[in-house]
Amino acid sequence: MQDVIVIEAGLQERNYWRDLWRYRELFYVLAWRDLSVRYKQTIIGAAWAVIRPFLTMVVFTVIFGRIAGLPSDGTAPYPLMVFAGMLPWTFFSTSLTEAAGSLIGNSNLISKVYFPRMIVPTATVVVAFADFLITFAIFLVMMVWYQFAPGWQILALPAFIVLAFAASIGPGLWITALNVKYRDFRYVIPFMIQLGLYVSPVGFSSNVVSPQWRLLYSLNPVVGVIDGFRWCLLGGQGGLYLPGLAISVVVAVIFLWFGINRFRKTEKSFADLI
Amino acid sequence: MPEPIISVENLSKRYLIGHRTDTDAPFQYTALRDVIGQEIRNVMRKAGDLLHGRQVIQGDTVEEFWALKNVSFDINQGDVVGIVGRNGAGKSTLLKILSRITEPTEGRVTLRGRVASLLEVGTGFHPELSGRENIYLNGAILGMSRAEIRKKFDEIVAFAEVERFLDTPIKRYSSGMYVRLAFAVAAHLEPEILIVDEVLAVGDSEFQKKCLTKMNDVSRLEGRTVLFVSHNMGIVTSLCPTAIWLDQGAVRERGAAREVVSEFLSRRVPDRDRTLQLGNIRRHGRYDGPLRLESIEWLSGLPLRHGEALKARFHFDITGPVSAIAIGFGFSNTGGVRLLSYDTDFQDGFRPDLAKPGRYSVDVTIDSLPLGPDIYSLDVGCRSGDFHALDYLPACYQIEVIAGANTPGTIVREGAGVRLLSDWAWDFDAQSRRDEAISVAMPGD
Repeated sequence: MQDVIVIEAGLQERNYWRDLWRYRELFYVLAWRDLSVRYKQTIIGAAWAVIRPFLTMVVFTVIFGRIAGLPSDGTAPYPLMVFAGMLPWTFFSTSLTEAAGSLIGNSNLISKVYFPRMIVPTATVVVAFADFLITFAIFLVMMVWYQFAPGWQILALPAFIVLAFAASIGPGLWITALNVKYRDFRYVIPFMIQLGLYVSPVGFSSNVVSPQWRLLYSLNPVVGVIDGFRWCLLGGQGGLYLPGLAISVVVAVIFLWFGINRFRKTEKSFADLI
Repeated sequence: MPEPIISVENLSKRYLIGHRTDTDAPFQYTALRDVIGQEIRNVMRKAGDLLHGRQVIQGDTVEEFWALKNVSFDINQGDVVGIVGRNGAGKSTLLKILSRITEPTEGRVTLRGRVASLLEVGTGFHPELSGRENIYLNGAILGMSRAEIRKKFDEIVAFAEVERFLDTPIKRYSSGMYVRLAFAVAAHLEPEILIVDEVLAVGDSEFQKKCLTKMNDVSRLEGRTVLFVSHNMGIVTSLCPTAIWLDQGAVRERGAAREVVSEFLSRRVPDRDRTLQLGNIRRHGRYDGPLRLESIEWLSGLPLRHGEALKARFHFDITGPVSAIAIGFGFSNTGGVRLLSYDTDFQDGFRPDLAKPGRYSVDVTIDSLPLGPDIYSLDVGCRSGDFHALDYLPACYQIEVIAGANTPGTIVREGAGVRLLSDWAWDFDAQSRRDEAISVAMPGD
């Protein structure tokens, strides 16, 4: 059977999802490339995924737990609670940063070969996930250290990992598109991430947020993800605030839809812009 | 009659070029700060216009540019077609549309078969990865499945001659090895349609020959269709039986490659295109003195040809008395390094004084232009006796120099540099003389 390819204005749009499926092999290869480049020869590559969250955890435990004296979730040790929040947060921030630069970094590909462009930023999220797995291993070690066993709630963790993916890919795609169009947007990204670190309940439990603000606070989709992770990993000590979680899920889905939409709107002109 | 493997119908591509009102430097990308800055300037300008009672002009001017306009052609299975045309004729845009990197504005293309486009060798090669890994990476980027690459792997490695370095990161490869590996992957793609852009202009001549043979095999023996774009007319005529000449976004001629190429090389540029206007170009600096360069007329025609005679006339206006003037022009490479300069006062030191206002001109004749085929930027200037610059236009135009009648076919376009005529004396008898000397030294056996 012969392939027949018709090129016409607007046609790429219609075959988009079919093309995305057709190019899945390229997705694997790009993800594998990013992974092996990251962990190859650079010992620091893997070490970085260990050092960064660990140091942040220490700092947050000292500042929020000791100096500010904020309470942990139930009886969970403060460092464990911080680290359970760090897991999704580092995943979120790494995917955002990596995705944002991915198209510029692969500009030679964009201008020379056709493939659905969405492959590039989503493949970088896989790298962020690899970092996540490393950090998760440290978390397990810490659990053993504190002799803290998670409950049955840990079975729900995969669902929250999926939510973390959704919450990362949406804004990631949007930022990627903006970054191609406005090159100086990349200066804004580190600032946004830094701000996000303090706005999201990473260093503290979201139970310290007063109840009348809790629903509004959950508009940040990362809040739902972090709360969910803590609930799963710390044996449900802090309880799960369901209305907030529902809002976070809805916002994450809206962001995902919006990100894909924005990305596809600008995607056609990437080759001309880069 | 079988259906054509490629049919292009009324293909057009429009680009919108925005002009900024207060800067003439084209930016390659938009910066948020520019957009904001521009918006503020626009508002200020409009407010100023309102205050002064002028008409308010909305926005910056946007110009349409048709890179391709109503291009139609069919290509049958097994055809090898060369595409020629000068820079900006729409060749790259056509290739980009055929390889689906950018979408057309109008028209349609039907491709009946798997397409592989080689707009560059080694697309996506990663320096940190080994040769082996890069074969898989590059193959996937070019559209091969892992199973296919695995099947072809040994063949690719043998073609590239890199067996010993398979597990070395390619950042340690020599440029020759890099190109060989890149071409080897591409050569084993086995698509029904292969689109090639100028990739043969790299690598040593031995390898170029190997690539050409491979391309020949691909088309002649395997019956594949090849679209080939090159600035090297020698390769086009030797590889492609037929050719298409693109000119200003339209098909100007199509036919036997030899005829199309010779027509393309000997085309007559209309008179109006032989004159480059200088008067309306914005000057960077205070050049509002009594002399202003107005235009250059290329009497010997455009494009300029390597190794051939060049005749040009410089027109300039005088508004007041000037003393001891010298006019010069030069060619710089794309990196801005001046390669060649010519001045009116070199050799005889003659610098005329001019008092009467009006239009003057000066002619230059160069017997043999030493610039090799490439794109250069043109610098033009004029100074007076005290070395005070009267007018200066650095990089005011891009000038294409093409191969002349005597340019050897082995010279590729990029980095051809300055080539002067030189006398050479070959010694073909050295070997036989040495043999003689040996037989004299060892007599009688």
